[in-house]
Amino acid sequence: MANEIQYQYQEDNLIKSEPNKYREEDLKSEEMVINLGPQHPSTHGVLRLEVVYDGEIVRDVIPHLGYLHRCFEKHAESLPYNQIIPFVDRMDYLAAMNSEHVYVMGVERMLGIADKLPKRVEYIRVLVAELNRIASHFVAVGTYAMDIGAFTPFFWLIRDREHIQRMLEWASGARMLYNYIWVGGLFYDLPVGFEERCAEFVKYLKPKLAELEGLVMENKIFIDRTANIGVLPLDLALNYGVTGPVLRGSGLRYDLRKVDGYSVYPEIDFDIPIGEGKVGTIGDCWDRTDVRVREIHESLKIIEQCLEKLTKEHKRTRDFDPQELVPKKIRPKAQDFYIRGETPRGELGFFFRADGKSDIPFRCKGRSPCFVNLSIISELSKGSLIADLIAVLGSIDIVLGEVDR
Amino acid sequence: MELEDITSILKDKFGDDIIREVDENASPQAIVVSPTDIHRVCLELHTNERAYFDMLSCLTGLDNGPEAGTMEVIYNMYSVPYEIGLMIRVKLDRNKPEVNTVSDIWKTADWHEREAYDMYGIKFVNHPDLRRILLPADWEGYPLRKDYQHQEYYRGIKVEY
Repeated sequence: MANEIQYQYQEDNLIKSEPNKYREEDLKSEEMVINLGPQHPSTHGVLRLEVVYDGEIVRDVIPHLGYLHRCFEKHAESLPYNQIIPFVDRMDYLAAMNSEHVYVMGVERMLGIADKLPKRVEYIRVLVAELNRIASHFVAVGTYAMDIGAFTPFFWLIRDREHIQRMLEWASGARMLYNYIWVGGLFYDLPVGFEERCAEFVKYLKPKLAELEGLVMENKIFIDRTANIGVLPLDLALNYGVTGPVLRGSGLRYDLRKVDGYSVYPEIDFDIPIGEGKVGTIGDCWDRTDVRVREIHESLKIIEQCLEKLTKEHKRTRDFDPQELVPKKIRPKAQDFYIRGETPRGELGFFFRADGKSDIPFRCKGRSPCFVNLSIISELSKGSLIADLIAVLGSIDIVLGEVDR
Repeated sequence: MELEDITSILKDKFGDDIIREVDENASPQAIVVSPTDIHRVCLELHTNERAYFDMLSCLTGLDNGPEAGTMEVIYNMYSVPYEIGLMIRVKLDRNKPEVNTVSDIWKTADWHEREAYDMYGIKFVNHPDLRRILLPADWEGYPLRKDYQHQEYYRGIKVEY
């Protein structure tokens, strides 16, 4: 059996399983359909775009999703709440800490233990989540620059991201999929010396960010490729439900860390950058990238304040047990619950229905920001050039693991 | 703004029968309406200046299993100016799950409804483009239904692993 070839190739397999929306006979004589992806470097994963062109002009874009569908919601209906956390990691693999944080917060609030958590646990959660946010934005900006032809920023940013990954590996044991934040606490306390090394890293990173701005954001070619491209008006953005840097790039100061004020974010002083149309129109691709870069500065501010608290007010003590409140049995009361939080890509939400009788959620739906943000692509790129389609897609910053779940 | 304000807006407009049930246990607090009313309720909440739910955060399908014989669609919306969330639930017949689309009000619902159709087979009436979104178009059955049995082979590949 082992050597048997399972897949039976037939020429019309692809057409049957994921048919194009446009048929040849419906097109006008100048138009043609070109398939972009699913294996294409600038689609950031396995996304397939069916693009209708008229010469160089894009007439319509139809995304075909599902190539990375791993049945998160089906799995979640057969696993206890705490065992779902690794699956949540694998949704948005570039920002696993942020996703974990939101998920865990939802379960804790359902159990009613969210207010009892030690402050040190909360500050560590925010610290690692913000570190992860920086790492995620580095990948977003780096790959975006690479999409539109600049190769150097990617290397510079991956070099700096490596420091963050090593720190998070030191804390959790894994480089990308951490399973560090647990329901009711943390896997471990921070390793001894983490705070000092993190402070050193912040000092190291600040001049690097100035370099980044000179290299990418003020770069003439970069501005020419992104300013006034893919302008997203605010009303359209809200109607499509986009969140995160894409929405803030369009000029609305809407960040769930401030709006909902979860965890210890209300105690921390930071700003929310929005798109100002500095080199083009408000809501263009440059603005979205600019919001990400300025958010890195804000995250550094948050990290500094967390470190201050973690070394003074809530410093390491011998008897501190981060797993103190971890419940033996996670059995929330029967209820419907929707929790949301800000990940680097926007509003990550989880809808739970607990039946009150088991440790397994009756229904667990992940509302992923990328899935919603991606739905705007056809609206944004209609009537633009082919090269701008790539610029628009990159500026939305999708992670296909989260789009398809 | 509280849940009472929202319910009073709806009652003023459509009469007292519009709200079948209020669930204060849910978070955000939920109201239950009839599937035939959902479109006009959503349109009113979206356009009324006193409610102004301009953002649909999440739309979820849900199956209560063959014994209960019902399915549900759950709408989570948020009002950016008034900073309040609301959950609306509708209950559908499991044998013929049909509900009006809200994708003409919020474009977010477009893909979310396609996903609910993909996973539960809930038909959204008047949806502009109701195709499967995550699964292949020729997949059989609706996987998140509680009594789902997967097909044995898909293109000669054994589905059971």
